[in-house]
Amino acid sequence: MSVSAALAVPTVAPPRNRQQWLERLAGIGFSSPAFLLLVVINIAPLLVLLYLSFTNYELGALHTKFLGLDNFRKAVADPVFRRSLGNTLVYVAIVLPLGVGLGLLIAVLLHSRKRTRSFYEVVYFLPVTSTLIAMATVWQFLLHPSLGPVNGVLRALGFHEIGFLSEPAWVLPTLAAIEVWHLVGFNMVLFLAGLSAIPRDLYEAAEIDGCRGAIDRFLTITWPLLGPTTMFVVVTTSITAFKVFDTVAVITRGGPMGSSEVLLYAIYLEGYQYFHMGYAAALTLVFLLFVLAFSVVQTFVLDRRVHY
Amino acid sequence: MASVELKGVGKSFGNVEVLSKIDLDIADGEFLTLVGASGCGKSTLLRIIAGLEVQSTGSVLIDGASVDHLRPHERRVAMVFQSYALYPHMRVFGNIALPLVMSRLNLFERLPLLRALSLRRRRIMPEIASEVQAIAEQLQIAALLDRRPAQLSGGQRQRVALGRAMVRRPAAFLMDEPLSNLDAKLRVHMRSELADLHARLGATFIYVTHDQVEAMTMSNRVAMMDNGAILQLGRPSELYARPASVKVAQFIGTPAINLLPARVGPQQTVELFGLDLPIRVRRPAGAQLTLGIRPESIAATPAGSPPRSGQIALVGRLHRSENLGAEHILHVDLATPSSGSVTCKVAVDPDRLVDAARNIAIAFSPSSCHVFDADGWRVAEDDMQPSIDTDFRAISAVGS
Repeated sequence: MSVSAALAVPTVAPPRNRQQWLERLAGIGFSSPAFLLLVVINIAPLLVLLYLSFTNYELGALHTKFLGLDNFRKAVADPVFRRSLGNTLVYVAIVLPLGVGLGLLIAVLLHSRKRTRSFYEVVYFLPVTSTLIAMATVWQFLLHPSLGPVNGVLRALGFHEIGFLSEPAWVLPTLAAIEVWHLVGFNMVLFLAGLSAIPRDLYEAAEIDGCRGAIDRFLTITWPLLGPTTMFVVVTTSITAFKVFDTVAVITRGGPMGSSEVLLYAIYLEGYQYFHMGYAAALTLVFLLFVLAFSVVQTFVLDRRVHY
Repeated sequence: MASVELKGVGKSFGNVEVLSKIDLDIADGEFLTLVGASGCGKSTLLRIIAGLEVQSTGSVLIDGASVDHLRPHERRVAMVFQSYALYPHMRVFGNIALPLVMSRLNLFERLPLLRALSLRRRRIMPEIASEVQAIAEQLQIAALLDRRPAQLSGGQRQRVALGRAMVRRPAAFLMDEPLSNLDAKLRVHMRSELADLHARLGATFIYVTHDQVEAMTMSNRVAMMDNGAILQLGRPSELYARPASVKVAQFIGTPAINLLPARVGPQQTVELFGLDLPIRVRRPAGAQLTLGIRPESIAATPAGSPPRSGQIALVGRLHRSENLGAEHILHVDLATPSSGSVTCKVAVDPDRLVDAARNIAIAFSPSSCHVFDADGWRVAEDDMQPSIDTDFRAISAVGS
């Protein structure tokens, strides 16, 4: 959005005198460094990506051929890509409701705490500050079928041990759970900020008007007034979930049997393992279009309903 | 419609006492105003009546029954907040309808999505809608029912807040500075509308304000509060004519009352700037007093003109005058050294009163003086007697 805003040329009536020319020049002079940076950092790479996606460029190759839409045709037919996309969408479908719902629940519970609030805030926020790659190793140990304490507890309770990261049916939900653990603290902080912005008067008015308990209060005041916050959290969470990579790369490497192959990991393999940069660029473009679609749909559909 | 009674209501936050043992009887249908400077405890008292705050001691009774154990909505009171506290996500209709929706529909019938299944809701909602419509028409906001609060002006929001209060037909209306967010002109207009509304509904109104004009113009009775206690409770005219203390006298009336330092003279008369005034006070000689004279009780005359019989005259210099159109407010520096300045309100153009040196004389009758003791309390009339010397000659404090 910032890109299009910067590109838009303001239509101003032609300046009448020297003073206005100077002012306009000064304006361009002041804004051009920022605009140039924007071009170099954001727009140019996108254009390069767009160009690469139409070629068969390989890292280090001397000659490249223009392929037109061949890369995209190939992607549509590619079982790995299709599986990755499907897995990623399932992953988002698990992370999004849990990450947003739990973040909201924790925020609402913490908001009414007085003395212990900051303690819990820190505790829930700790996973956010930790590096997911390092934590992935810890999770790998915790969830190990024979050595891990989680399966130890299951065994002690009389259950069969579960290959959380080695059984195809379990691996995506397990990775999603790790993601939720990682980002719930961040969502909580955003919701807490949204909660503090709700005027206390409204709760008092609602209490006089007959809102009896926590559910009434939540449905009448809290939830509707958290609309803008919720929309933002939903957008950021779905984009974060769509970008899942670290845990897959460190723990499962797409396995077992492709059941945890996700979009970003597929792009990484094509680009940096097989050096098919052109094809990877095409997949990246598809990925970006998905992320864009997420934000656009959510912004335009939800925005109208949450701002008053 | 109900009476509201406070019995020894007190409130402390930790060691800080913000309300001390308030006793107050508010009759059914009365318009009672709690007035005082900010921080005097008036809003806290209102919130205790509403049930939003729990008192530390004492009891609140509505219609003779204690409501201490009841939640706010069970107390049958409605409240209008200073900020109006309208629900920003609901349209005007939803705002006014909410109290009825809450009391007539159960949780299931109010749940989003699920409520569409309820047949009872389908039967009750039209009733609610017609009641909301009737209230909106009374308040002349029927055309605004589809708007959101953000699209309304201050006066319209005020009406919506009133509508939300009225729709429940509450036993008492509690209003917490409802007019203070409006501009001056609208405030004057809404003042008379509120008074009309009170007359029409005949309900009990408890109104909190820091604006003495609102208190004076709308109320049946005014309770002036200071420091968590009621200084004086009475009709507006009583507070104006017989203020119980210096603080009440200062708060009520514009411009503020003139306070002059005085003391009890050897003949137990009030001694002002070394002059014996024809007011006797049963207090020990030498005791400090404060003499209060309202600006509107003071007449201004050209310097040197003979004062009328029975009047006390002082001379001074006109420092500044403010033209209010029909009246002028004069700030007169008294000629007596270190005696300060006096404000008076006159209908005459001050330019016709002053001479070249801007000298002016002011005069007031002893009967218009309020006498307060060293602690600031009014000296009771029983303790004061008119001077035996009825043919008191006017005196002049001639300093110049």
